Amino acid sequence: MMRASHTQRGFIAAILHRLSGIALAIFLPLHFLALATALNGASALDAFLELTRQPLVKLAEWGIVVALAVHMTLGLRVLAIEFFDFREKTLAMLSACIAAVFAVGLVFILNAG
Amino acid sequence: MNPALFVAQRLTAFVLALAVAVHLGTILYAIRGGLTAGEILARTHGNAAFMLFYSVFVIAVAIHAPIGLRSIIREWTPWRGRSLDAALVLFSLLLLALGFRAVYAVYA
Repeated sequence: MMRASHTQRGFIAAILHRLSGIALAIFLPLHFLALATALNGASALDAFLELTRQPLVKLAEWGIVVALAVHMTLGLRVLAIEFFDFREKTLAMLSACIAAVFAVGLVFILNAG
Repeated sequence: MNPALFVAQRLTAFVLALAVAVHLGTILYAIRGGLTAGEILARTHGNAAFMLFYSVFVIAVAIHAPIGLRSIIREWTPWRGRSLDAALVLFSLLLLALGFRAVYAVYA
């Protein structure tokens, strides 16, 4: 499907959907391991959370939250096209995806500060 | 894609669309003003509803992610066949095991 669609409008959306999916698949096991430090008590999890106050880790956190938003919105786009007979005649849906991702990214920055 | 895998991928996508929306909302709400482990765990421990929610989330992810990776690997690399499928089943089991361990650690 993707190989034949380089010239089509949905190609960039499909690439972004895949790359964000790969990023999430790599991140998830690490996320689960980090959460499981709570098995050793709150102080163990706190020692990990201390790491997340570093700017580079904050940036990576922001990246993964945005990747999650990208993957979700572009996934909704796929479901809409496949199951609800949505024809992508305009860029309206892609624009909505991008707007939603920007909103999530912005709220994360504002709240995490 | 194999029809059964396609259906599983799309069904879990519907579940995940809801779950991720709730999860993103929770993240954006929870990080306000910084957070400590004590604060998080005080809110989460013993919360059966969230425990059930995240258990469903883990199962859906453990089905969804390996199927997606399978499509990408088969299209972008020469790797296919039983060794690929076996590796992805292992990845699915890893997600299930680590995911349930994390849910237990935070919500039990």
